[in-house]
Amino acid sequence: MLTILFDGVAYGMLLFVLACGLSVTLGLMNFVNLAHGAFAMAGGYITVVLVNRAGLPFVAGLVLAFFATAAIGALLERILYVHVYAKSHLDQVLFTIGLVFMSVAAIDYVMGSSQQFVQIPAALQGQFDVFGVGVGRYRLLIIVVCGLLTVALQFVLMATRFGSRLRAAVDDQRVARGLGINVGAVFAITFAVGSGLAGLGGALGAEILGLDPIFPLKYMIYFLIVVTVGGTSSITGPFVASILLGIGDVAGKYYFPSLGAFVIYTIMIVVLIWRPQGLFARGATR
Amino acid sequence: MNNKIDTAVTRFLTNRARIGPFELAFWIAAFATIYLLPGRHLILTEIAIWGLFALSLDLILGFAGIISLGHAAFFGVGAYAAGLLAKHEVIVEPSIALVFAGLVAAALGFATSFLVLRGSDLTRLMVTLGVALVCFELANKFADVTGGADGLQGVSDHLAPVFGVFRFDLFGHNAYIYTLAWLFVMFVLARRIVNSPFGLSLKAIKGNALRSSAIGIAVNWRLIAIYTLSAGYAGIAGGLLAQTQAFASLSMLSIDRSADVLLILIIGGPGYLYGGLVGALVYRLLQDFLSSFSSRYWQFWIGFVLIMMVLFGRVYGGIIAAVIIGATIWFDLSPTWSFLVLGLSLLVLGLAREILVKWIALAEQQVSTWLSRVWTQSKSTIRARLDHGAGA
Repeated sequence: MLTILFDGVAYGMLLFVLACGLSVTLGLMNFVNLAHGAFAMAGGYITVVLVNRAGLPFVAGLVLAFFATAAIGALLERILYVHVYAKSHLDQVLFTIGLVFMSVAAIDYVMGSSQQFVQIPAALQGQFDVFGVGVGRYRLLIIVVCGLLTVALQFVLMATRFGSRLRAAVDDQRVARGLGINVGAVFAITFAVGSGLAGLGGALGAEILGLDPIFPLKYMIYFLIVVTVGGTSSITGPFVASILLGIGDVAGKYYFPSLGAFVIYTIMIVVLIWRPQGLFARGATR
Repeated sequence: MNNKIDTAVTRFLTNRARIGPFELAFWIAAFATIYLLPGRHLILTEIAIWGLFALSLDLILGFAGIISLGHAAFFGVGAYAAGLLAKHEVIVEPSIALVFAGLVAAALGFATSFLVLRGSDLTRLMVTLGVALVCFELANKFADVTGGADGLQGVSDHLAPVFGVFRFDLFGHNAYIYTLAWLFVMFVLARRIVNSPFGLSLKAIKGNALRSSAIGIAVNWRLIAIYTLSAGYAGIAGGLLAQTQAFASLSMLSIDRSADVLLILIIGGPGYLYGGLVGALVYRLLQDFLSSFSSRYWQFWIGFVLIMMVLFGRVYGGIIAAVIIGATIWFDLSPTWSFLVLGLSLLVLGLAREILVKWIALAEQQVSTWLSRVWTQSKSTIRARLDHGAGA
């Protein structure tokens, strides 16, 4: 029972790191980025190549995955995404689906369609018992890393100048512009960091989520659930939503294996009917 | 006074609904393929089914402005309904079974339409996607009914000939005629609906839902009606596929299919009904043609085309993408090189977008002024010649 809770929390933390970038970009630019999972996949594959083929230590692989994906995100944002912000939601959907298709085909061609695994150091494998509760070392690592990241993000968002600019831009882009905040630059940085976090999440989660070329399509719905259920006005909303989603998914698969992912989708639809703005939204501002 | 307005409105509506020469030519060509291309009936059947499916999406996207990422739910439900009806010998006459398949899908559409009414584009996207995923999971879990991952077998065993006469043959001739007839009937119906006052009110809702409700349009009920209708259309398309292929599988419910039908509609252009049909024709023929080079590129190419279409507009983006992809095929590049070329050209075109768009606009302007000058000149020379002739 507690093991399931533990696994669920680890899973939820992972989802949060994967999806928090998406929630900020969605709230900031009202931009539907279905290609967010592609960045996560990129991070995962970068780690696979670095750790398995080049023989780098696992931690170095994680750090490099973050920076490499952030760089890719910044590049694509400045070159391609900027043209699409002002377009309709349909265009945004088509554009990002196009990106997903290209990334899926490219990864399929370069790395093959089979599932990839990251070689995890022996020290992180296995379980140990804490008062009779089985605790996986790797999952503990995930919880620690993601927990630290969450605290750091919350700190940046709430206590730094950049964070207050970002919050101002999310609340009302036009007024923020009028106050002299360079919303474009704030957005570019946020996008890059969000992509980097997705890449890190993809690298960390390769073990749990599985890494294959259709990753962006498979987990797109999970990211979107986190964002729509959690709302886009803060990061606490998505955080609570991803923890709930993680626990719900793990528990659902454990207790009702015959229903599978069905539980999650049903919960999502119910929440969306009940509160279309998300569970933790402060109400519609726009 | 009232009468005058009435006649004006009637005249407007009749003018909108007038059948143009291109439309006539399109359908004559479509029916001519029955005799002219007897060897291509299998792929033509598939194209007609995709066309009907895209038409169903056009009804909600092009006319009511609802973005759906889960339209395959209705397609798949229709397919399974038609398949199960035939397999268990409930209704063996295909055309009646198909009507039922459409009704089942429409019922699902009606039930889920209330979800689609709520919220923004993103919520709609999520909910449609969620409904499709739930349907997929259900079909997967209830394997004893649907056959699960193996698909629904044994559809053809009990399927009676159409009207008791025309059996689905191996070469798909009768299947094609049957499918085309359905497509035509459903198209004519859709055409009537979108040209009716109801169709006009949908366009108003798409333009601005708040203002349409202010002039007395019952926004929600109109949306529910068109969503239900569209689901029924998708169900019939799915049922057609299940009947003509004698098979129904999980892939008919998958998100790939929802994305594909969206692409088809976008390639053909939403909002004028023929978009789905043209898109299906182009998409399927391209897929057939390009897959002979390598099926690996297909998704990469489609992604590239989509991005170009968003960046440079549907027409010019399509042309640019076609030129670049055509060049990689023409120079017979190795896979690695063509991936690199496409990826790099994506970045370069993204950087140069502003300039390119300006050039395109400039070129467009020059061509149009040139055309209008040629037109007025030729008119004046003709008039001068006529005057001259009259004078002499």
